[in-house]
Amino acid sequence: MTRITTSILLMTALAVSACSNADRFGSASGAGGAGGAYGANGSPSDPTSVAYFNQTIGDRVLFLVDQSTLSPDATVTLDGQANWMNQNTAYSATIEGHADEQGTREYNLALGARRANAVKEYLVSRGVSPNRLQTVTYGKERPIAICSEESCYAKNRRAVTVLAAGAGF
Amino acid sequence: MMLRLLTAILALVLGHAALPAQAQNGPLRIVIDEGVIEPLPFAVPEFVAENAAAAEYAQNITRVIAADLEGTGLFREIPREAFLSTVTSFASPVQYADWKAINAQALITGAVSVDGSGRLSVKFRLYDVYAQAPLGDGLQFGGATGSWRRVAHKVADQVYARITGEGGYFDSRVVFVAERGPKNERAKQLAIMDYDGANMQALTDANSIVIAPRFSPTGDRVLYTSYESGFPRIYLLDVATGQRRVLDDQPGTMTFAPRFAPDGRRVQFSLSQGGNTDLYELDLQSGRRSRLTDAPSIETAPSFSPDGSQIVFESDRSGTQQLYVMPANGGEPRRISFGQGRYGTPVWSPRGDYIAFTKQNQGRFHIGVMRTDGSEERLLTASFLDEGPTWAPNGRVIMFTRETAGAAGAPGLYTVDITGRNLRKVPYQGQGSDPSWSPLQP
Repeated sequence: MTRITTSILLMTALAVSACSNADRFGSASGAGGAGGAYGANGSPSDPTSVAYFNQTIGDRVLFLVDQSTLSPDATVTLDGQANWMNQNTAYSATIEGHADEQGTREYNLALGARRANAVKEYLVSRGVSPNRLQTVTYGKERPIAICSEESCYAKNRRAVTVLAAGAGF
Repeated sequence: MMLRLLTAILALVLGHAALPAQAQNGPLRIVIDEGVIEPLPFAVPEFVAENAAAAEYAQNITRVIAADLEGTGLFREIPREAFLSTVTSFASPVQYADWKAINAQALITGAVSVDGSGRLSVKFRLYDVYAQAPLGDGLQFGGATGSWRRVAHKVADQVYARITGEGGYFDSRVVFVAERGPKNERAKQLAIMDYDGANMQALTDANSIVIAPRFSPTGDRVLYTSYESGFPRIYLLDVATGQRRVLDDQPGTMTFAPRFAPDGRRVQFSLSQGGNTDLYELDLQSGRRSRLTDAPSIETAPSFSPDGSQIVFESDRSGTQQLYVMPANGGEPRRISFGQGRYGTPVWSPRGDYIAFTKQNQGRFHIGVMRTDGSEERLLTASFLDEGPTWAPNGRVIMFTRETAGAAGAPGLYTVDITGRNLRKVPYQGQGSDPSWSPLQP
């Protein structure tokens, strides 16, 4: 039982560390962490900042139920992401594919992989080098909205482009 | 309860003609059949402690035996307050009239001793009260005192097997994902416990997401998916030593949904690359990987038939998630699910007679079973989110995950029998998901 108690503590720490990893600029729980007037990700009004990418352009696109097709809104966002990455070549990105909870676990992993890949292929088609992009699926393991209603499900069916320092993988 | 022979309770022998309820002359037997839902009343007087060191074990072992039998929904324990006889010696003759008077159809007596080296010994007898005769021979089980629960489960397995004619399932374990925290910050770790929720132990820490552990055919190893590397990858864990290794570590790929072949030497799983997910097989010794499907659709969740010749898996090649059967080494898949809705997570019964699955239809989730050709589909449960069935070693009970809705939603482990009766929550105190039921322990 001691091991389990320890694990609970580690778990709590995990939720924090996901946002404080120095090389990663995810915005899953909002913008940035500590440091500077605008946080580590810079100001959302500075077009070269990660905060600008995450908030002003938008780091995520949403999908319909059981779909991985990019919507017109999504392609507008991804055009912005591609332009930003083409101008800020010191960054690479991990594209996370997610699903809502209305699906079985394995299928949702496969579906999340499709969604992440759809984003990757679009960014590559807009000139971003595939060496700067990698994909990961989380299936339904990491929802951001936790009500069991369509308003939450719609937010969870997403692909998030998470920037990291470094020119490639 | 006028019938001398109880026809009973569950469809254990579905597909066979139901045996007629022959009153008066048969042996003590629950023919598990759809007809009767009346549990068989049994009495289990506290096992006799043959020495002082055995007293506590005698009491606890008797309770576990009674709980095992009652938990099946097939048996009902007669409370001790109703007893007319006491059993103070394992050797003394049974007063059948006293047990018949309280309508005990089965009587279980036993004795426990603990020797100087801390070794536990349990002997028991099962009686058919109305026939006034023992049912089967007396038996003795031994073990370290620390394994007293296993010894109790072995006794209960014998009683269950003698009365139902089916194999038992109590001396078994479940590997699963222990969960904590809200849905958006879920902590997950692999854990193992007895089938009844006792003796829970963690197998991994909770630093990485872990998914869907699967026992090897002998229960000594576990396959699972972990995000330890930052990406979902399949791992192999030795239960006794805790040692683990990643099985397939190609950059740019993700692997999940592993399942052992019945020979324990090969693993089938899903591999995602470039957004497409197909089925692969890995030879554990040589590390050789072969591809089983090559389609732009999702292929995942493979599960072997017990003879290893075929697999069932899910695919959305038709446009929605459906179940397919194909030769285990690849070939032409044949669709077997044709009802309304989507079908996933198929698992072949250890007996080979059914395939359990998760079904989604009109916003509800169900655990169901069907014949291996897709006929005789039967839904056993319905809820906001039921998924991921696993079979008891005797192929007559299914354990699965039930997650409740909303911000406070939490996953729990449940069991149901294959007729849809006896839905119960596994008496494990925490939250859990993705159970995999071991074979009966040796």
